[in-house]
Amino acid sequence: MHTNPADKSRSPSKDCADSQRVTASDLFIEFTRLTLHSFGGALFWSRRMLVERRRWLTEQEFVELLALAQLLPGANGLNLAALVGYRFAGFTGALASMAGFMAAPVLVIIAIGALYQNYGATSAVRDALTGMSAVAVGLLIATAAKMVVVLQRRWTPWLFAALTFAAVGLMRWPLLAVVGVLAPFAIALTWRGRH
Amino acid sequence: MELAQLVALFAYFLMLAFLAVGGAPSVLPEMHRYVVEVHGWMTSTQFAELYTLAQVSPGPNIMYLPLLGWHIGGLAGAIATTLPILAPSTTLTLLIAYLHVRYPKGVLAAIRRGLTPITIGLVLASGWILMTAVNDDWRGYALTAATVLLVLRTSLNPLWLLGGGAVLGLLGIV
Repeated sequence: MHTNPADKSRSPSKDCADSQRVTASDLFIEFTRLTLHSFGGALFWSRRMLVERRRWLTEQEFVELLALAQLLPGANGLNLAALVGYRFAGFTGALASMAGFMAAPVLVIIAIGALYQNYGATSAVRDALTGMSAVAVGLLIATAAKMVVVLQRRWTPWLFAALTFAAVGLMRWPLLAVVGVLAPFAIALTWRGRH
Repeated sequence: MELAQLVALFAYFLMLAFLAVGGAPSVLPEMHRYVVEVHGWMTSTQFAELYTLAQVSPGPNIMYLPLLGWHIGGLAGAIATTLPILAPSTTLTLLIAYLHVRYPKGVLAAIRRGLTPITIGLVLASGWILMTAVNDDWRGYALTAATVLLVLRTSLNPLWLLGGGAVLGLLGIV
């Protein structure tokens, strides 16, 4: 069912999930599972669950949906849930994914809020957060490293990835300006490459 | 909390949703001004502590929204802060999801494929920026580096790493 990464990146239409039926309740359960794992950001766990564990998406499909989710305003994780849900089970699937993604964390955060009002102790929480944040950042960087396999063996995709990283990460230029300048070139090259 | 206040809270956060082009965190200072300075629903310290609590909670990084709302006005308050922030962007996302499935080829496909390298660059840039923001000294960087290596080289469940990080933080090691 899986081909090598190079093949995948060249044939995005060959969906690994075509042979699977993913229902709205599957989506609800899976997004509940991944969101309850998501400490310090949902991206790592979304990729792990959708690409590595359930194999509902290929690496290429995941990165493409993530690109849309990041481009759209609002919470990236929730956008991704909506896009993935819609892809497999339409409008109902999108609602099921979003509900799964949000419901359990809201209950958890309200429970935590109630504990906080009664006991306080946020200095311990802040200490724990220091260590957890260092790990969460590592998870994010590892996710980027894994997604690199979808970049084709030509120099242009690597150049765009490097320019984006340098402009936003190192130079700290505004995200909107960087994407606004780079995206049209990247899209135009892709468009031209198809013909 | 009175109904009029709830409606005002809902309307104000709905307006913020349209300002939050750079993502929900970009309007955090404005939320702070509204709930702390304008209305006095909580102190500045409480606001910061609720935000910290939301960061250690599982789920998307917008969990401070229902938490702030719950603190202000219970369940109705949680809905009044969360729903208006998420509804406009989600509506747009559903529209794009529809177009994405309806027209798998064409311009939208070129946009998705073209954005692939930029997306990867952005995730890496976020990791880089966060790494320099959350780590105070070499010990934090070492923990981040160890995490990257363990995730890429082993099949260890990363929940253990997160738990380990929390323990190291509690013990004052990082």
